[in-house]
Amino acid sequence: MYIPDGYLSPSTCAVLYGAAAPFWYTALQRVKKSLSTRLVPLLSVMAALSFVVMMFNLPLPGGTTGHAVGVAIATIILGPWASILAISIALSIQALFFGDGGITTLGANCFNMAIVGSLVAYAVYRLAAGRAALTSSRRVVAAALAGYTAINASAFCAAVEFGIQPLFFKDPSGAPLYAPYPLSIAIPAMMIGHLTFAGLAELVLSAGVVAYFQRTNPSLLKLTAPGNLAADEEIAGAESQSMWRTVRPLGIGLALLLVLTPLGILAAGTAWGEWSARDFTNLQAREKMALASQHAVPPVQPPLGLQRLSTLWTAPFPQYAPSFVRRPAVGYALSAMFGSGAIILASLITGSLATRARDKRDELS
Amino acid sequence: MNFLERTLAGFLSAMEHALDAEDLAKTHGLLQRLDPRIKVIGILTLIIGAATAHKLWVISAVFAIALILAASSRVSPLLLAKRVWIPVLLFTGIIALPAPFVIPGRVVWRLPGLGWPLTAQGLLSAGYLVTRVETASTLSVLLILSTPWTHVLKALRVLRVPVVLVVILGMAYRYIFLLLESACDMLESRRSRMVGELKGPDRRRLAAASVGVLMSKTMQLSGDVYSAMLARGFRGEVYLRNDFHTASLDWIMLAVFAALAAGALYYGR
Repeated sequence: MYIPDGYLSPSTCAVLYGAAAPFWYTALQRVKKSLSTRLVPLLSVMAALSFVVMMFNLPLPGGTTGHAVGVAIATIILGPWASILAISIALSIQALFFGDGGITTLGANCFNMAIVGSLVAYAVYRLAAGRAALTSSRRVVAAALAGYTAINASAFCAAVEFGIQPLFFKDPSGAPLYAPYPLSIAIPAMMIGHLTFAGLAELVLSAGVVAYFQRTNPSLLKLTAPGNLAADEEIAGAESQSMWRTVRPLGIGLALLLVLTPLGILAAGTAWGEWSARDFTNLQAREKMALASQHAVPPVQPPLGLQRLSTLWTAPFPQYAPSFVRRPAVGYALSAMFGSGAIILASLITGSLATRARDKRDELS
Repeated sequence: MNFLERTLAGFLSAMEHALDAEDLAKTHGLLQRLDPRIKVIGILTLIIGAATAHKLWVISAVFAIALILAASSRVSPLLLAKRVWIPVLLFTGIIALPAPFVIPGRVVWRLPGLGWPLTAQGLLSAGYLVTRVETASTLSVLLILSTPWTHVLKALRVLRVPVVLVVILGMAYRYIFLLLESACDMLESRRSRMVGELKGPDRRRLAAASVGVLMSKTMQLSGDVYSAMLARGFRGEVYLRNDFHTASLDWIMLAVFAALAAGALYYGR
């Protein structure tokens, strides 16, 4: 896909620099208008990211790995014009500072991957995603399609550029001077590789990253979803939904524990160590203590510390049963409800106080 | 080697290449002493000379000039072989390999057993491709290895590249290393916590999530960089200091480059 120097004739390179120039100019003007002074830092950092993304080795179905350009994901997050610039800058850095890809063919590489790739990715993504919700799985499919189509469109352009070389540029003996294969060979040779491995790499990357952002930060997908009026509510909804999704198992577990609380009264014997000072002098209680302690005889007198501290605090519902309740099972259930209610209330009050304090701090700053 | 290790190896090799280039750019060879503007124009004209040549010996002559330039700039042939010649030969060589059998022309030999015809035009065509790619790649790598990247950037102004793009290129280059380091740390920490092999879908999910995390970090970073720039008085205008000075050696070399390129254009017709 990255065409090195020597594969295309200088005139083809010049034509493709010329073809890319108006797109670069328009992209720069549009991005400058929308970003104003943010242009330089945003584009610099995004171009650096595009470069790093191009180096990622993506695991593909079948056990192989491949590299993606990341053009579709750049288009979905940044929009087509900023993507054109970011990918072009990343390709220029590859050619100028790392020696990957050619200098004379830089225009061709930018035309194929940055310009054709971004515009095709944008068109396919918008068409396939329609007005679907930001968190809809349709957007994941649209991103996958956009990545796959964009990289194949870029490859097709490169194949055509290779394929026309022997038509126009031959030496007096008839030997092709640059890429030697005609269109009939160049197109299938390029497309087989891209319709399979390279296309899959782009598909995996685009769909995977969109799905990741849907879970973590759907607002990043907003730029290429115009007309999605409910986007903000949807983002808030998705965030609260993802929050609920995270705490759901915990909530279910707690509810189950609440429901099962009365089972505790069915347990035989006493809970080891949960004895009162009076139990040490009560014969029946002493027997239970011995039974729970593998028949070890408990001390005759309660420990001094326990005796001293046992009068420090008297629980409102001793033995989980208020004095007015006769049946221990009802008292147990009532205590469970009261205890859980008190904990939930305390959590809500703490949460509300913390939110108010944070809002006040944000207002001040 | 799994995909995490491959990606890490790629990141480290990119950083290594950049460090090699910076070290070499500091030595005192012929190309290192030249004004970067002259060097960019000179090497670019030689690349164009090699690209336009229609004769194999002319392209080979430009390749020989590239070798002389490399030797006089203390760039070892071993480094060039590792970074350019072998990878180009493997990649372009494989692409060019079927050409002698596919390109029609005068049959010079037949493959024993299979009887496939080997044509003179096909051989010549494969020769053109491999020699041209080797020559152009050697020249462009020589430019990279002999010039600090900040100088390459400033020299781009001679080619009328807009200042804003030069600044963006420069900033992007710096942030590449920050992001590469960040990605390396991320993948390394993941690898260190992994026991056994991940299944295919999990591997893909991990790779996509890593790119997603890096993207989120980058968006955050761009905001931070912008705030830092604003805090230092940035108002959207960018300027570049032009502190290059040409010496007589620069003019002599410019004349040499021009003469060599003109020769390649003339004899290569």
